[in-house]
Amino acid sequence: MSARPAVALALFDPVRVRAEFPILARTIHGKPLVYLDSAASSQRPWAVLRAVEHYETHCHANVHRGVHSLSQSATQAYEGARETARRFLNARSTREIVFVRGTTEAINLVANSWGRSQLKAGDEVLITQLEHHSNIVPWQLICAATGATLRAAPITAAGELDMAAFERLLTARTRLVAVAHISNALGTVLPVHEIVRLAHARDIPVLLDGAQAVAHASVDVRALDCDFYAFSGHKVYGPTGIGVLYARESLLASMPPWQGGGDMILSVQIESSTYNDLPWRFEAGTPNISGAVGLGAALEYVESLGREAIAAHEHGLLELATARLAALPGLRLVGTAAQKAAVLSFTMQGVHPHDIGTILDSEGVAIRTGHHCAMPLMEYYGLAATARASFGCYNNAHDVERLVQSLQRVREVFG
Amino acid sequence: MDLKELYREVILDHNRSPRNFGRLDPADGSAAGHNPLCGDTLDITLRMQGDRLTDLRFEGQGCAISVASASLMSEAVKGRRRDEIEQIFGDVHALLTGRESPGGRDLGKLAALAGVAEFPARVKCASLCWHTLNAALAHQQAPVSTE
Repeated sequence: MSARPAVALALFDPVRVRAEFPILARTIHGKPLVYLDSAASSQRPWAVLRAVEHYETHCHANVHRGVHSLSQSATQAYEGARETARRFLNARSTREIVFVRGTTEAINLVANSWGRSQLKAGDEVLITQLEHHSNIVPWQLICAATGATLRAAPITAAGELDMAAFERLLTARTRLVAVAHISNALGTVLPVHEIVRLAHARDIPVLLDGAQAVAHASVDVRALDCDFYAFSGHKVYGPTGIGVLYARESLLASMPPWQGGGDMILSVQIESSTYNDLPWRFEAGTPNISGAVGLGAALEYVESLGREAIAAHEHGLLELATARLAALPGLRLVGTAAQKAAVLSFTMQGVHPHDIGTILDSEGVAIRTGHHCAMPLMEYYGLAATARASFGCYNNAHDVERLVQSLQRVREVFG
Repeated sequence: MDLKELYREVILDHNRSPRNFGRLDPADGSAAGHNPLCGDTLDITLRMQGDRLTDLRFEGQGCAISVASASLMSEAVKGRRRDEIEQIFGDVHALLTGRESPGGRDLGKLAALAGVAEFPARVKCASLCWHTLNAALAHQQAPVSTE
């Protein structure tokens, strides 16, 4: 969180922002909804809902196909969203922007295309202990298929990456580093610049899982200098079923297709085919066009609020919520990294996280409970589950108070 | 939605001090249960005399509903024949899913689980112990899962 221009802060109006998300006006069990599960999926503003509706009611046809007007308007909308994603990530070219279903598919693409063609027995893929399952299992599968080995760098009790151990695990055998930009379960912001620097010093490419980062931090793939960057639309106020893989053009150009079909080819004979140019070579079949349109609108929405302003607003909520929760007797925060996004994982003495989740829900407060698709991380802490409150641009100090009140209610029920 | 219906005093009591907690060694039957969605684990060991379950212990970790349900179950099934246990499970299953008990029988303390029916996300928490008990009675070796 570097120095922010005062003007950006002045323009960020939390009351107005909240009003732009229609779902937040509803009640849950008769109580106003307090949505604190944005790390699982964020809600969508009118700007996204209307962009999708406009596309569906005025522009839809298949892309890259017919000469008729609708096909051209659909292609324009779809490729326009790609340009928005390029600008959002500051990629050099739209050839580096592949539309996928989400972060999971993006990582599977890299594992199956780059991994299958590059990895061999004796090679190593290096991840960390705090990864989401989607940045673990694709590597397990590709390592099993190629004979490569998956290694995980350990973390510290605060939930930070053990950088000394990480550096020791970077060896002559390491072929790829794949790490989260921000931990979904703990909120830890990883030192990704340093990770990329250390890996590149050994000519090792780096994939960043940006699922938790794009909505909460500025992401500039050129400044990061990463080789792959993956994120999902639905975690940045866009639709589900759409996401982006950024891949450095020189790498992407050398990668074989991973799925075959229409749209990824230029010509097909029975014996062989000529593949399409980048990025379409990696987009077989009719894509999620309206999803891409919604994602484009979501990224423009985030840009309109200002990413620095959102980060500053959420950081204020993180500090408030951390102080308020830490003061509750028997509550333990899990993940206390110095650099954190607005995610609070916690346990309460004598109360299982699922009971916390049910009681909070009865108060209208939506949080996530469970292992957060990060079971190796939970195992490190010796926990089967935690409760997790995660914040988005639409949350405010009142939401923090409602969270605290409902946690006091948990104490009342369980004594 | 009434929290007091879910977290009745009997449930909270059995969660705080679960009955028949632990492990029987040796045992005539055992099984491990797992709810992968929430990470709940449950191990059941039991002793039989012919068709009759004479003793049972459970251990593991889980939410209040899953621990209380296992504790209440352990009291309800001890000393019962297999066919009686099957009947009770049928009644409990009906209770958890909001249906009438097939035979209109009195479930005793197990009736405290009635509030779960209002919370569909929690039915699996309450039924894990019963599925695990079935597996232990069948001497099933592979862990049972709610999924």
